Amino acid sequence: MSTPTEPRSAPRRIGRLEPAALAGVMSRDVAIFGRYWKATTFSSVVQPTIYLLAFGLGFGSLVHTVAHVKYVPYVATGVVATAILFSSAFPGMFNTFVRWQFQRTYDAMLAAPVDVEELITAEMLWVSLRAGVYGLAPLLVGIAFGLQPEAGMLLVPLIGFVTGFGFVGFGVTIAAVAKTIDNFNYITSAVLTPMFLVAGTFFPVSNLPDGVRQAAQVNPLYHCVQLVRDASLGGLNTADLGHGAVLLVFAVLMWRVAIWSLGKRLID
Amino acid sequence: MQVVSGQARPLRTVSEVSDEREQPNLYPDSGGAAAISMRGVHKRFGGITAVDGLDLHVPSGVCFGLLGPNGAGKSTTMRMLTAQTLADEGQIAVLGYRLPGESKQARLEMGVVPQLDNLDVELTCRQILTVFARLYRVPRSERSMAVERALGIANLEPRADTIVRELSGGMRRRLLVARGLIHSPRLVLLDEPTVGLDPQVRQELWSLIDGLRASGVTVLMSTHYIEEAERLADTVAVMNQGKIIAQGPPGELVSAHAGEQVLEVYGAPEKLAAVSQLASEGGWQSRRSGPAIAILRAETLDGSAPDGVLRPANLEDAFVALTGEDIE
Ligand SMILES: Nc1ncnc2c1ncn2[C@@H]1O[C@H](COP(=O)(O)OP(=O)(O)OP(=O)(O)O)[C@@H](O)[C@H]1O
Ligand SMILES: [Mg+2]
Repeated sequence: MSTPTEPRSAPRRIGRLEPAALAGVMSRDVAIFGRYWKATTFSSVVQPTIYLLAFGLGFGSLVHTVAHVKYVPYVATGVVATAILFSSAFPGMFNTFVRWQFQRTYDAMLAAPVDVEELITAEMLWVSLRAGVYGLAPLLVGIAFGLQPEAGMLLVPLIGFVTGFGFVGFGVTIAAVAKTIDNFNYITSAVLTPMFLVAGTFFPVSNLPDGVRQAAQVNPLYHCVQLVRDASLGGLNTADLGHGAVLLVFAVLMWRVAIWSLGKRLID
Repeated sequence: MQVVSGQARPLRTVSEVSDEREQPNLYPDSGGAAAISMRGVHKRFGGITAVDGLDLHVPSGVCFGLLGPNGAGKSTTMRMLTAQTLADEGQIAVLGYRLPGESKQARLEMGVVPQLDNLDVELTCRQILTVFARLYRVPRSERSMAVERALGIANLEPRADTIVRELSGGMRRRLLVARGLIHSPRLVLLDEPTVGLDPQVRQELWSLIDGLRASGVTVLMSTHYIEEAERLADTVAVMNQGKIIAQGPPGELVSAHAGEQVLEVYGAPEKLAAVSQLASEGGWQSRRSGPAIAILRAETLDGSAPDGVLRPANLEDAFVALTGEDIE
């Protein structure tokens, strides 16, 4: 082993949510992504294709229009929201748990000049940026199945980013309170599955019983679906401001809750 | 043992250490006398008191060894210095920064080598070092140089692009050390740095630590290896049940707590039992040492002592005398 050179002493003040710290944490995610992007991309294209085949072509032969929209475009835009949900809530739960508990990566990073708020924010930013981009995959697949390209589709990565930010925060919070990784099964089956079905993804919520319909109103994914559908099918209207606002509130709320709940566990 | 400055480092015991409460210079503005200063620090985990009124003062530029049995609170102390564990009570300052409020500044200027391996198994050595170079704000233009230098420190140049999962345990340990030095910190916390290393690599790490200290870096090192503390540390603090129970240069600790000479008496179990009995009647300090009974302060024994082998007292004798626990 060689002897290190003179110590560098650069005392300087550093504050909250520093870009350098966020970039440092995200550079690790980028390096990991460089290793797994093929698998991630494969599944994010194949999954919507299967949904479109199963629902679009399967149901599509029975149901031609839903709420005045052709069924294939209806499902394609619903699958966008599903893709966003899965590509943010799952990494939020599993990656967080593994990096924190099994690999102790977060412990290593918190010994560096990175604080809990920066660490979690950077992780959430990375996942939601990815979710926004991968949210486009179902639209591309839909276009291959005859969906009409629309300028509004360019808003989908933004919608996906905001929605993904909320759901990854939800996942991080679940990881923070989970005793073991198996606990995620409860959340997946009891929370995420109903959430992605009762959101107007594959069938409209308007035909559902009253209570369920009201529940959908507090389901962020429902608002995501509405927004994606209106943007992608050229039907943006004033109600979409409300949907956007709900998603923004959800994102900010989950961001703070994630930092608070995991922060308590990371620093003892 | 290399001495860093001409300063006298008197032997201190707990009562003397606590006199530091009167010293005004506990929070020097920057880079002052104390690299680490902890006063009256307590940390409880539920019913367990991990750190129990700890006073620790590490001057700049020394290699300070923290020696203690399992569960003494060494790792908890280290984690408090990076504010990854928050003290329930007491004051902590690192490199002149008050914790936990200014811990981020302190972390920027210190390097940490944890007891438990927390390397990213999915990344290569180079990737890990690059990520940490960024986290430690090494400027872009110096980053690749810093990474190469760290790879050199770890002797891992030929394995730079190997993914960590495929490295041997010793290589991982070396990478962990190199990661903590990526930004040339002026304070380094090493929590049992040589665990699991083969003797040659351990020697290399020892010379690395010696080199750090020679270049003015302050080192706080916890260890179970008495030899390591004896060889490297300017000052050793013996920690037990969350407190420092004795502190001083290794040689002075030994003479204060184990005397100059140790008499080792070998024999069958019955003989050893008899010697033990004799020792306690004579008021001699003794301990079981492998197949022998070791009687401390043999230089003070008179003619009534049994036959045995005389050897110089060492830090292990002092450690056992202080903590009542055998090490390793
Ligand atoms: N996060 C924690 N939760 C509960 N108890 C803890 C936690 N961390 C440490 N402890 C307890 O605090 C005490 C001191 O632990 P610590 O790891 O500081 O000891 P140590 O001196 O580093 O021991 P070793 O030589 O075995 O590494 C132990 O009793 C340990 O069980
Ligand atoms: Mg320990």
